[in-house]
Amino acid sequence: MTQTPMTTNAKIAWMGITKRFGAQVVLDGLDLAVAPGRSLALLGRSGQGKSVTLKLALGLMKPDAGQVLLDGVDVTRQSEAERRASFRGIGMLFQGGALFDSLPVWENVAFRLINADGIGRREARERAVEALALVKLAPDVADRYPSELSGGMQKRAGLARAIVGTPSLLFFDEPTTGLDPITAGAINELIRDRVTSLGCTAVSITHDMASARTIADELAMLDNGRIVWRGRADELDDADHPLVRAFVTGKSME
Amino acid sequence: MGLFSTNPVAALGRATLEGIAAIGRVGLFAARGISAALSPPWYPRQILAQFASVGFLSLPVVGLTAWFTGAALALNIYSGGDRFNAETVLPQIVALGITRELGPVLAALMLAGRVASAMASEIGAMRATEQVDAMVTLSTDPRRYLIAPRLIAATLSLPLLTLITDIIGVAGGMQVSNYLIDLSPSIYITNTMDFLTAWDVESGLIKSAVFGFIIGLMGCFHGDNAKGGARGVGRATTSAMVSAAVLILASDYLLTSVFALK
Repeated sequence: MTQTPMTTNAKIAWMGITKRFGAQVVLDGLDLAVAPGRSLALLGRSGQGKSVTLKLALGLMKPDAGQVLLDGVDVTRQSEAERRASFRGIGMLFQGGALFDSLPVWENVAFRLINADGIGRREARERAVEALALVKLAPDVADRYPSELSGGMQKRAGLARAIVGTPSLLFFDEPTTGLDPITAGAINELIRDRVTSLGCTAVSITHDMASARTIADELAMLDNGRIVWRGRADELDDADHPLVRAFVTGKSME
Repeated sequence: MGLFSTNPVAALGRATLEGIAAIGRVGLFAARGISAALSPPWYPRQILAQFASVGFLSLPVVGLTAWFTGAALALNIYSGGDRFNAETVLPQIVALGITRELGPVLAALMLAGRVASAMASEIGAMRATEQVDAMVTLSTDPRRYLIAPRLIAATLSLPLLTLITDIIGVAGGMQVSNYLIDLSPSIYITNTMDFLTAWDVESGLIKSAVFGFIIGLMGCFHGDNAKGGARGVGRATTSAMVSAAVLILASDYLLTSVFALK
């Protein structure tokens, strides 16, 4: 089952994206759109360009061809300043957390509020502590440094940083990688809860099928630079695409 | 095929092109860094933090370097100068040597080791752990938040450090003179002040501002271009320090040539 919603109403859409690294074609005419308020998990084997897809949407890379439409505006043609303004409503949880290790946790969470939105440090700290509470981190964590936190706590702090500006679009890059199943489950629940509460659009990259089922309404399989299957989370077990079957069963395709 | 191609002309041509491309990349990085440093928004807390890191925390190492250099210079002038009775002008030669040349250059070389390498490793590690990418997604320009404060702090701190180097270096020479030739500190200072012109000090300070910019630029450029995880960060750190030191010495010669014609 391969279906692509109309891109005109999409919150975010990758249209005909091609991206090469040297002779290697990573994305080969990728078409993918996510409707407002929907949560999509992008699945795929390692090295298939899932992270590149996110980085293109975040302006961290430029495509060789194609467009990335955010609310109908092509961000690949925007200047850096325009793109920064467009990204005010975007939150991103990086695979390794990517917390600034020179700043305490609260300043990490409040980074955008202080440095991009010009909010005073006192108010920014209050909002950061509120955001930390939403991801089940105690107020005393606020003054600790990222290196003093466990992997799960760093992911929670990263999630707090992503949601603090009440974003309309959230990206999650391997949100449960490196976590034990219990912590991973807690992170999944938090992501689902925050995405639902905020009513925002979400795009997640994951290899973790349990995570994908929890956090996503829809799933899409990326292979050889294109989407080869897309369906609702409850359609996953009935999918007949061999790669999707292999992901569901955890068995080799051979 | 690479730099060690069997065809020496091709290898020379390739190396030349790569060198020109590298100069272009550094030039572009410098132009963008200067533009970010001169236009808002600025991040005062970051600038102050860099002033503390580059300037204040470098005081002990720069001060020690200055004292030992001034003292060693005085010893050399005393031991070598007695062949033609030059020890009588010891204060003047120490002052000239320190303010025009050794103060700015040695302070800069010490900072190249301490600061350029630290900048490269910090920014390189931030690149490797996606912290720079995270900054972009948080609507903050890394050029303004990371690069500009370091360029500003390095360019403005080094002249201040050089001024302190000049004073401590002269003091080092003075103490040695007092011990070796029984020259009283008051006479030493009077001789020094009567001899030195404002330009002797100013030319050293102008040099040190250029050296400071080079240190900040090399630290940030190599850090920002670090690739390949921990090994890449290590390589960037070494490259920042070595390239800063070489550029400091090369620009010192160029600036001294220009100032000598003044």
